[in-house]
Amino acid sequence: MNDPMMPSIWRIKNYRTETADTFTIDLVNEHGQDGMTGMHFQPGQFNMLYLFGAGESAISISGDPRNKDVLTHTVRAVGTVTRALARLKRGDVIGVRGPYGSPWPVVEAIGNDVLIVAGGIGLAPLRPVIYHLIAEREKYGKVTLLYGARSPVDILFRQELEKWRGRFDMQVEATVDNARQGQTWHGNAGVVTGLIPRAGFDPSQTTVMICGPELMMRFTIIELQKRGIEEDAIHVSMERNMKCAIGLCGHCQLGPEFICKNGPVFRFDRIRDSFRKREI
Amino acid sequence: MVTFIYFNYMITENNNSFLRIEREDLQGLIEALAESGYRVIGPTVRDGAIVYDEVEKLDDLPAGWTDEQQPGSYRLKRRDDRALFGFNVGPHSWKKFLHPPNLRLFQAKRNDKGFEISNDNQPAPDLVFLGVRACELHAIAIQDKVFINGPYVDSVYGERREKAFVVAVNCGQAGGTCFCTSMKTGPRAESGFDIALTEVIETDQHYFVAEAGSERGVEILEKTRTRKADESEKKKAVEIVEFAASRMGRNLDTTGIKELLYRNHDHPRWEDVASRCLTCANCTMACPTCFCTTVEDTTDLTGDHAERWRRWDSCFTTDFSYIHGGSMRVSVKSRYRQWMTHKLAAWIDQFGTSGCVGCGRCITWCPAGIDITEEAAAIRKNELQRENKEQQDGNA
Ligand SMILES: Cc1cc2nc3c(=O)[nH]c(=O)nc-3n(C[C@H](O)[C@H](O)[C@H](O)COP(=O)(O)OP(=O)(O)OC[C@H]3O[C@@H](n4cnc5c(N)ncnc54)[C@H](O)[C@@H]3O)c2cc1C
Ligand code: SF4
Ligand code: SF4
Ligand code: FES
Repeated sequence: MNDPMMPSIWRIKNYRTETADTFTIDLVNEHGQDGMTGMHFQPGQFNMLYLFGAGESAISISGDPRNKDVLTHTVRAVGTVTRALARLKRGDVIGVRGPYGSPWPVVEAIGNDVLIVAGGIGLAPLRPVIYHLIAEREKYGKVTLLYGARSPVDILFRQELEKWRGRFDMQVEATVDNARQGQTWHGNAGVVTGLIPRAGFDPSQTTVMICGPELMMRFTIIELQKRGIEEDAIHVSMERNMKCAIGLCGHCQLGPEFICKNGPVFRFDRIRDSFRKREI
Repeated sequence: MVTFIYFNYMITENNNSFLRIEREDLQGLIEALAESGYRVIGPTVRDGAIVYDEVEKLDDLPAGWTDEQQPGSYRLKRRDDRALFGFNVGPHSWKKFLHPPNLRLFQAKRNDKGFEISNDNQPAPDLVFLGVRACELHAIAIQDKVFINGPYVDSVYGERREKAFVVAVNCGQAGGTCFCTSMKTGPRAESGFDIALTEVIETDQHYFVAEAGSERGVEILEKTRTRKADESEKKKAVEIVEFAASRMGRNLDTTGIKELLYRNHDHPRWEDVASRCLTCANCTMACPTCFCTTVEDTTDLTGDHAERWRRWDSCFTTDFSYIHGGSMRVSVKSRYRQWMTHKLAAWIDQFGTSGCVGCGRCITWCPAGIDITEEAAAIRKNELQRENKEQQDGNA
C-alpha cells in the first residue's frame, strides 16, 4: 500500500481534554513499522488525520519525538472535521497519513540560544521541540519559551508549563490577552510580544521559532528585528488550506512555495516577500 | 512497485525515417493501433466544438472542419478541402485522460474493529492520443514535472502517462488565440511523441509526412502502408509548420516575466481585470497544465460505507484558500492574480518551466474574453512607464 493518499488505521489509546475547545489524543498503530506502535517524526511535522466519512485535517504532531509507543496530536475543534474528532473516545479508530513537512531547526540551533514564541494552539507544534531541547539540554544555550493565550482558561498544557517554568535551565513566560475571563490569574496580561523584553538571549547567536496566528507572528518578527535578530535566525510555521499534503493539489501555495512540502516551517528570509503581500 | 520510465522517446535526427502516408491510409494507422490493443482517442465534432473522444475510423475525425477562435468566442466553419487536422485546439485537453476530473481515492467500510480502507484503482487504459499538438506535448511534459518528478508520485497519472501512445500532429495554421511561438512550445512537435504527422494538402494530392519518435512508433508505422518521403515532401512539411509559426494570433513578451509579476503584486491592473472576471473557473478547467484538485467525502445512507473522491478544483473559488476564520483570497483581484502569477511566474520557481504553453484556451473559453497576453502586456506597459518616471525623477 504505497499510495500516498491512503491513510493507515490508528486507534485512540488516550483522550485528554486540554481546554474547552482543545483536546489531545494518543494514537497507536497495531500494525506499525518494525513492531513500533508510534511513528518516527521530526519536531514540526504534521499528519493528515482522517475521520470516517467526514474528511481530513492537517494536524501537527505534539508528542515527544523519542516516544515510539504513541503518536500524539493536539487539536482545537473549529470546524467539521475537528469538531467530529473531538467527539471520539478511547478505543475509536481514525486514519492517519504522514508524517509530512519540514522540521523546526533543532539541529541548526545547536550551540545557540533558543527562543520559542507560541500563540494559542501554536504551542502544540512546538511542544516536540521543547521535549527535544530538554532531552539534549547541554547542546543548547539559553532556552526561553514565551507563550500567549486568549484567557487563563485557554492556556494549553498548563501543568507542563508549570513544570518547565520550575526548571533552572529554562525561562518560561506566559501571558493572556484577557485576564478577567475564567479563573484567577496573577500572571502577565497583554499580547505575547510584550514578553520579548524579558527574554534573555544573545541576538547574534539565537535561533527563533514562532508559531501562532499570522498577525501575532508578524508583530513578533518586528519586535525581534528591533532587538537585532536577523531574518535568517527566525523560523515560522505557516498555515494554508491543505487537501493532499504531498505537493499535488495546489491548495497550500504561498507565492512560489508549497507549504505542505517546502514548509510548514520556513526560515523567515525565504518567505519574507510573500509574508508581506496581502491576499497572496 | 511501478517504476516510471517515460522518456524512452528517441531523438529523430535521422532524416531517413520520414515516411509518406496517403490520407486514406491513415485508416490503416488507426487499425494498426487498435490491433495492438489500444483505444484510439482523437478529435471529433460534437455540439459545435472539436473535442477529444473515441475514434474508430477515419470518418470520425473532423474532415473538412476548421475553427475560428477569438477572446470569448469559438466557432466551427467548413473548409474548402478535406483536411483531417485543419483546426487548432478545442475546449478539451489530454489532461482529462491523464489526470481524471473525478477519481475515487478510496472506500472505507465499518467493521468490528472500527473501519477498514481499500482502493480499487483500475489498471490504466491503453490509450492512443491522436492529434496531440506541439503546445499539448509541452503541457503534458509540464504535468509530468508536477505529478511524477516531485517527492511524491501520483501513480494514477504516472501509469496512464506511461501507457499513452502519443501521435502528434504539427500545426499547419495558428488560431486567433494561439501564442506558442512566444512560449517556445510550438508549432513544431520536437519530442515527446511516438509518431508525429504533418498533413500536406495540394490540389492533386493529400498525404501525411510521418516520423517515428520511439521504438513502438516504428513498429506501428511498419504495420501501416507508407513509403519513404522524398526531399520535396519533407521540405513541404517543414514549410507548412513555418507558415503556422508566422500566423500566431497572439504574442506574449516573456522577458523577465517572473520578476515583473512578483514586483507588481499591487498593480492597479489587477483591479481592472477583477471588474471583468466572473470567477467562473472556465480558464482553469480548460487549461492543459492547471492541476489543482480538492477532495470530497461521502457516506451512504447506512453510514457504514464512506468514500473519498478527488475532483478538479480551481483557484478562482473562495473555498480554495479557506482556512478557519475565512478565505485567504477574498477579492476577485487576488484570485485572478494568483492564477496568472502562478502560471507565468511562480511555476518557474516551482517546476523550472512556465506553466503556460500558449494554447489560448483560457482566452477563447473565457466568457468575458479576458486575455492573459493582454493582461501581462498591460502590467508591463505601466511598469515601464513607472520605471521611466523613476529614472526621470532621479535625473531631475
Ligand atoms: C501544517 C498544519 C498544521 C496544523 N496543525 C494543527 C494542530 O496541531 N492542531 C490544530 O488544532 N490545528 C492544526 N492545524 C489547523 C487544522 O488543519 C484546521 O483547523 C482544520 O483543518 C480545520 O478543519 P475542519 O474541518 O475542522 O474545519 P472547517 O472550517 O470545516 O474546514 C473546511 C476545510 O478547510 C480547510 N481548513 C480549515 N481551516 C484550516 C487551517 N487552519 N489550516 C488548513 N486547512 C484548513 C480544511 O481543508 C477543511 O477541510 C494545522 C494546519 C496546518 C496547515
Ligand atoms: S494559461 Fe491559457 S494559454 Fe496558457 S496553457 Fe493555460 S489555457 Fe493555454
Ligand atoms: S478569467 Fe475568464 S474564464 Fe477565468 S475565471 Fe475569470 S471569467 Fe472565468
Ligand atoms: S496541500 Fe496539496 S499541494 Fe500542498
